[in-house]
Amino acid sequence: MFDLQWLLIAVPLASGLGLLAWGKEADRFGHLIATAASTFSFVFGVVLFANLLGSDAGDRSHTANLFTWIDAGRFHVDMSFTFDQLSGLFVLLITGVGTLIHVYSIGYMEHDERRRRFFSFLNIFVAAMLTLVLASDYLVLFLGWEGVGLASYLLIGFWQHKDSAAAAAKKAFVVNRVGDVGMALAIMTMFAQFGTSSIAAVNGAITSASGSVATALGLLLLLGACGKSAQVPLQSWLLDAMEGPTPVSALIHAATMVTAGVYLVVRSAGVYDASEAARTAVIVVGLVTLLAGAWIGCTKDDIKKALAGSTMSQIGYMMLAAGLGPAGYAFAIFHLITHGFFKANMFLGAGSVMHGTNDDVNMRHYGALRTAMPITFATFGLGYLAIIGFPGTAGFFSKDKIIEAAFGHSFWVGLGTLIGAGVTAFYMTRLMMMTFFGQKRWLDDVHPHESPRVMTYPLIALGALSVLGGALIFGDWIPDWLAPVVGHAEHNAVSIGSWEVPVWAMTLIITAVAACGVAAGVLLYRSNVAAETPADSSVSVFTRAGRHELYGNAINDAVAVRPTMHLTRFLVWLDAKGVDGLVTGMADRLGDTSQFLRKPQTGHVRSYAATLFGGALVVVLALLAVTLA
Amino acid sequence: MNEYLTLSLILFTIGSVGVLVRRNAIVVFMCIELMLNATNLALVSFSRQHGNLDGQVAAFFVMVVAAAEVVVGLAIIVSIYRTRRSISVDDASLLKS
Repeated sequence: MFDLQWLLIAVPLASGLGLLAWGKEADRFGHLIATAASTFSFVFGVVLFANLLGSDAGDRSHTANLFTWIDAGRFHVDMSFTFDQLSGLFVLLITGVGTLIHVYSIGYMEHDERRRRFFSFLNIFVAAMLTLVLASDYLVLFLGWEGVGLASYLLIGFWQHKDSAAAAAKKAFVVNRVGDVGMALAIMTMFAQFGTSSIAAVNGAITSASGSVATALGLLLLLGACGKSAQVPLQSWLLDAMEGPTPVSALIHAATMVTAGVYLVVRSAGVYDASEAARTAVIVVGLVTLLAGAWIGCTKDDIKKALAGSTMSQIGYMMLAAGLGPAGYAFAIFHLITHGFFKANMFLGAGSVMHGTNDDVNMRHYGALRTAMPITFATFGLGYLAIIGFPGTAGFFSKDKIIEAAFGHSFWVGLGTLIGAGVTAFYMTRLMMMTFFGQKRWLDDVHPHESPRVMTYPLIALGALSVLGGALIFGDWIPDWLAPVVGHAEHNAVSIGSWEVPVWAMTLIITAVAACGVAAGVLLYRSNVAAETPADSSVSVFTRAGRHELYGNAINDAVAVRPTMHLTRFLVWLDAKGVDGLVTGMADRLGDTSQFLRKPQTGHVRSYAATLFGGALVVVLALLAVTLA
Repeated sequence: MNEYLTLSLILFTIGSVGVLVRRNAIVVFMCIELMLNATNLALVSFSRQHGNLDGQVAAFFVMVVAAAEVVVGLAIIVSIYRTRRSISVDDASLLKS
């Protein structure tokens, strides 16, 4: 059974490539094939997962070796996949959310003439993402890693006729390359140190290696994770990536691909367990990103960009949890899954809103949409409750766990996550109020309407999951389930000074902070929202900074882009003046010499004859001189 | 003996000066023949002086080559005259653009 796990990947891949090759004839039914392929993977994934649930605790990791991929000297890589507790959860998340988004896209992309191509790219993405999570070797993982990068590039730039989309795709690709350098170096280091890049072997051998190797590996893998998961300092591409069609934002840039970095850190648990410094770096990156993302989310008027800021922030939570070590791995994955549900739900909800308002993304042109689109409002509301941590919803459990574990690690880290929770509640309330409440600020020719059922049914399913996803934690199911893969340790009790705070009090505090955020959002955005975005000069310095994404692009420009451009210009100059100058200069001098030498060639026979005689005379005189001397 | 060589020298000089200064292709051609024959005279004279036949054999070769050269050269001059109505060597300078 588990030997056939490659089918999970092969079916969507074959469907994706087949649809590309098939051509126009497949336009009519291409989306159905693609959705069927994704559904197959989901159903098969469920079957495999059920098998896993039914088997003994010690027999839940199944590796299937397909073939030897590379066998060169000491370097040996098998194309092998592992279906275990961790990758099983991911398979369900990717194919489950993925299939819902396939269904939703049938409606969303209905009027796009390149819909078949869109579905083909979605399928390729699903296949690459499954390769990433099923891989049992870092090099195979890297294959999927690059595959999702490619799919992300193709889908961000799907509307390539828009310059902004083409530029955003290129930016995502280039920024991801920076992270990939880290990944590549990490794999090379593994091979140099351990002679293998197998995930199990590396994480097993790391304990006997020196601490600096573990730290180097941890930091390099973190660099790769930062690129893929849009963590500071490689965060700048995610907000631009919202140029892609909204289902892409939901599937790739919220629910699955951007969480690959968290998966990588958790999968490399052995490496991070061996290095305190690397774990601290992960925590710092996560904390900075979760606050920066929340800040940006507070200031954006573009609904998708506000959600993208929120995604950054939530992935920051997961990163931070992963950096806490065995106390946090399971909670990182737990939050990743619940976030996958509620964020995909909200992105698809945003897509539904845009669908009803002629693809307007500016929330200042919304307002009072709850009556016009009741289903979208209801499902979006469930996602909203989940993300702010309303008691009983999925986000309530997953975020609380992370904040508690963070407080257990250090008071200041915990305080950061607590503030983040308050700000999250504020910006999500702002988004809700501006979109669904208040007065109508619709543009003249906009007549909002509910989306077709093919779009609302996935919303309902995801809305339900946003609420019910929290059940995974009941009876400590998820930490116990993942313990054989990543280990588990109870986090330290939360204590302020000498007073140990009980869990119920922590929950109360977190909920109270979130409630403050909600209250602030309601008060500020209940009514009188301007229909136009206020000019930069009329807003506070904090808003301005958030709108400019905390000047991340300016920093990138100053640190990387401009020096590179200068270097390029210098090299071009060197090439033009130095190398070309040498070559063309030689040719020019040769030409000048020829010009000089052609002067005696008069074309007159008699001048040639004179030269001839003159030469002969010289020879004769020379001979005479030699003979007589 | 020296008289023959002096005559040969005079003939050769007349020939070479003719080649250098005259423009008429026929005259230039005749001057070349004159130079060849001056050489022949010198060869034969030396042959006689040294008492072997090498010089005379060489003179025969020169005559044969000169005959062949006349055939080709005259044909070229005639065809140039036909196309250009001129046999001045200065006019035939088409290779110089």
